[in-house]
Amino acid sequence: MTILFYIAALIAIVASIMVVTRTNIIHALLYMVISLLATAVMFFLIGAPFIAAMEIIIYAGAIMVLFVFVVMMLNLGKQAVEQEKRWLSTEGWYFPSLLSLILLLEIGYLIVSGQTAPFNGRQIPPAEVGKELYSTYLIGVELAAILLMAGIIGAYHLARRKKYVVHRFLKTEGAEQ
Amino acid sequence: MNETLFYLILIVGVLVVMLSIAALLIWYERRMLALWQDRYGPNRVGPFGLVQVLADMVKIFFKEDWIAPFSDKWVFIIAPTFVVIAVLMGFAVVPFAPGLVVADLNIGLLFFLAMSSLGAYSIFLGGLSSNNKYSLIGALRGAAQVISYEVFMGLSLMGVVIMSESFSLVKIVEAQKTIWFVIPQFIGFVIFVIAGFAESHRAPFDLPEAESELIAGFHSEYSGMKFGMFFVGEYLGITLISAMIATLFFGGWLGPSFLPPVVWFFLKTGVFITFFVLVRAALPRPRYDQLMALGWKVLLPLSLLNVLVTGALKLYFAG
Repeated sequence: MTILFYIAALIAIVASIMVVTRTNIIHALLYMVISLLATAVMFFLIGAPFIAAMEIIIYAGAIMVLFVFVVMMLNLGKQAVEQEKRWLSTEGWYFPSLLSLILLLEIGYLIVSGQTAPFNGRQIPPAEVGKELYSTYLIGVELAAILLMAGIIGAYHLARRKKYVVHRFLKTEGAEQ
Repeated sequence: MNETLFYLILIVGVLVVMLSIAALLIWYERRMLALWQDRYGPNRVGPFGLVQVLADMVKIFFKEDWIAPFSDKWVFIIAPTFVVIAVLMGFAVVPFAPGLVVADLNIGLLFFLAMSSLGAYSIFLGGLSSNNKYSLIGALRGAAQVISYEVFMGLSLMGVVIMSESFSLVKIVEAQKTIWFVIPQFIGFVIFVIAGFAESHRAPFDLPEAESELIAGFHSEYSGMKFGMFFVGEYLGITLISAMIATLFFGGWLGPSFLPPVVWFFLKTGVFITFFVLVRAALPRPRYDQLMALGWKVLLPLSLLNVLVTGALKLYFAG
């Protein structure tokens, strides 16, 4: 199991690096999907099959599809690739690399000093996740629901068809002709 | 028998059976469509035209395998494999008979949903990498259609999950010993079938490839065996959806004992495959906005209501 975990982790890391360095956005998105799948395998291996399935259904299956959808709408061509190349110049790398290095050192320190939470190889069935969500973490679920509701209302407001007024003196701003 | 060996044989068996069913379906669909349209269909090669499948395969393997020079080459090449791999993976959780299941995961149903959503990548990647306006429109439609209908597909199955109290497909089948879920979950069943048509982008919901307006939509540029992969993927998708309908709503392998369970399973699956073909022969293709309106304005509220009522009844009768 441990060796499988490390293989999946390695794939996730390599794929994530590829996501950042690709100039073609479709290739970057594909690597992102691979990275998410690898993460799902890791979740599965440490005994969280429900989270693994959700990772694939929601992130790889829905959010990434929306990304692809937007990319198709934008119709990016050679120009975008050129722009990406310019952005990936060496100066742009310094600061993010520094921040990542600090995080890496922190993780290394935590592992070496043995302050990580112990891992018990217990599998958590989906029913238990549901019970926890609706009891211990109820406030989080409710907050997420409020946020999504606001998002839906906002999207409705943006996409709402403007009122169609027949009389020429009563024409509203931006009405369809 | 050695357990590892048993599973290896089972996996190879499932692979071979499913791929041959998919190949046979090409012939079956043409014959059935012909029957319903008062024609003969392919009846020249071999008995009942059965060897037509072989002839078609030989043809498709020897066709020129053209890669469009203006395409995104590598994405173009790997795109058709997604749907075949994802759908074949989906068969891993389908219980064919008691004990005859590759992996009885406790998230089996979610695994199926995950695989069916990954299979959709073929459409977007194939359409997008073709660099062709018809393919792009097909891919756009496919993306919007699949992502919308996935929502109702998942929600329509939650009633089944509430009633059987498990995501495991084996447990779901066992929970149907007294009554098939198609009766208490009829609304869920109807929504799942409609979503299944949209998810496998079959007629009448084959808008991503609508031949009258988009030539062949997302696979316009594909030829030879690459096109064949899309084709096989579509038939595998039909088989998987039919198998899931049989498992989730019609008691899977359960049936009177004069036939072995695995025969019952394949009989039920065959009935739904025939239903898929019949619908293609019977219904016209809706307009694109009609498809989306049906999804979000009718099926979504209906499936949410179904979950609510099922949950409420379950709680009420549980005491």
